[in-house]
Amino acid sequence: MSKDIAILGAGMHPWGKWGRNFVEYGVIAARAALADSGVNWRDVQFVSGAATMRNGYPGYVAGATFAQALGWQGAQVNTSYAACASGSQALAAARSKILSGECEVALVIGADTTPKGFLAPQKGERPDDPDWVRFRVGITNPTYFALYARRRMALYGDTLADFAKVKVKNAEHGFDNPNARYRKKFTAEDVAASAMVADPLRLMDICATSDGAAALVVSSLDYARKVGKKDAPRVAAISTVTPRFANDTVEMPDLATDSAVAAETQSFRAALPRKAYEEAGIGPEDISLAEVYDLSTALELDWFEDLGLCPRGEAARWVREGATRIGGKLPVNASGGLACFGEAVPAQALAQVCELTWQLRGQAGARQVRGAKVGITANQGLFGHGSSVIVKR
Amino acid sequence: MDAKVKSPVLEGWFTLDERQPHLLGARCTTCGTYYFPKAIKFCRHPDCAGEQFEEVPLSRTGRIWSYTNAAYKPPEPYVASEPFVPFAIAAVELALERMIVLGQVATGVPVEALAVGQAVELVLEPLDDGKLTWKWKPLPEGQP
Repeated sequence: MSKDIAILGAGMHPWGKWGRNFVEYGVIAARAALADSGVNWRDVQFVSGAATMRNGYPGYVAGATFAQALGWQGAQVNTSYAACASGSQALAAARSKILSGECEVALVIGADTTPKGFLAPQKGERPDDPDWVRFRVGITNPTYFALYARRRMALYGDTLADFAKVKVKNAEHGFDNPNARYRKKFTAEDVAASAMVADPLRLMDICATSDGAAALVVSSLDYARKVGKKDAPRVAAISTVTPRFANDTVEMPDLATDSAVAAETQSFRAALPRKAYEEAGIGPEDISLAEVYDLSTALELDWFEDLGLCPRGEAARWVREGATRIGGKLPVNASGGLACFGEAVPAQALAQVCELTWQLRGQAGARQVRGAKVGITANQGLFGHGSSVIVKR
Repeated sequence: MDAKVKSPVLEGWFTLDERQPHLLGARCTTCGTYYFPKAIKFCRHPDCAGEQFEEVPLSRTGRIWSYTNAAYKPPEPYVASEPFVPFAIAAVELALERMIVLGQVATGVPVEALAVGQAVELVLEPLDDGKLTWKWKPLPEGQP
């Protein structure tokens, strides 16, 4: 039996720093996805929300919050929280319901309103909380991104110019994307002139935090046929595996890695897509395009290698040769990526799937990747969460 | 610097021996896995059911796995005097423990003076609020 489900509709609320209630963004994205799918809200049998932790109780029960705002109609409801992978877990919940036969059509929604300024830990003296501890000794989020970037420079000879090329490329990609927050083209000189945040990363190498929302209407393949959408893009895999001990990378918010005296080290980022490829029964050679979590420019290069799209250490060469641009051999972040969106945590993994949906339908306008047949997403966040989703036509 | 009269930024995270300080970790008495910080009740090795740990001083020298700096003042609870002076940060690989530990780099050592693979040792220095913390300090070439 096929484990695929159909994507009938995709919708987003533009990313920005709007300062409004996250529920409003979520409903606008949900209505856009419903309109795109042709499915009536009354016919949705399962509402799956990705939670936000920054907006009080309504955010913790986001699925129900969105269902109420759309008008209670008796659907089953779920809320998932998994940091940056929340959207993928909400999608996975919908897929399980559909594949088990408990429902035919589901609506998946993620939305966030982000606070202004630095991301900081909760107040108080809390030495048992690793997130509090690392800030107490001066270790911020960009510290981790910068450590990974510097490591690439030492191991593979990547340069600041390579990292800047990623930003320039993503800015070009997102320039015409109506849902992107930053729509401005930049040059390598602009990146080099921006302020140093965490050597070697500058302000323009690091993504911002944003408000935004994304939603998907998904269904069984039978239902898709019934409503005349048998050729709709399909979700072929959703990987949400945990890391394996001993994790080889020092991850936010920890101050140390696992000790590898009793177990070999394992890469978490590489494990996420591996599971997705297995599930979909395809390999990196089948991929037409990728949407990856570019929290920093350098991290996009790590992801390209973790996805198996090039041998370890060669991603910068691909960027230099233009292979990851739209029109290149393997476009990365055709949407503009986090560089153009900024991160809206519970919406981001779904936004990646929205982009693949539009690309596979040939509806991406100026940023269309020609002949796109199979797309993959990848993201990773705090506390062992991450995901990789494969969408195929 | 007289470490004995200064209080640590985190109680019990490192020894207060100002000449030869050590980070304090824990070691699973069943499988030998090290932990830092030492607050651990159940071994995280998936094949180990260990619940007994001994406190161990971690190696006080290692090699830089990667490094960076804080060019901007970190948010609270970090305490910084004005004007903010950027500081370097290193992730250091400890050979015996087979783990990487983060920390600030000793005051006055700029990021330009660091390199991946460089040997460093643990020192104690006060943060801007006077609380002692651990920092990594490059060793003269040829050591250890």
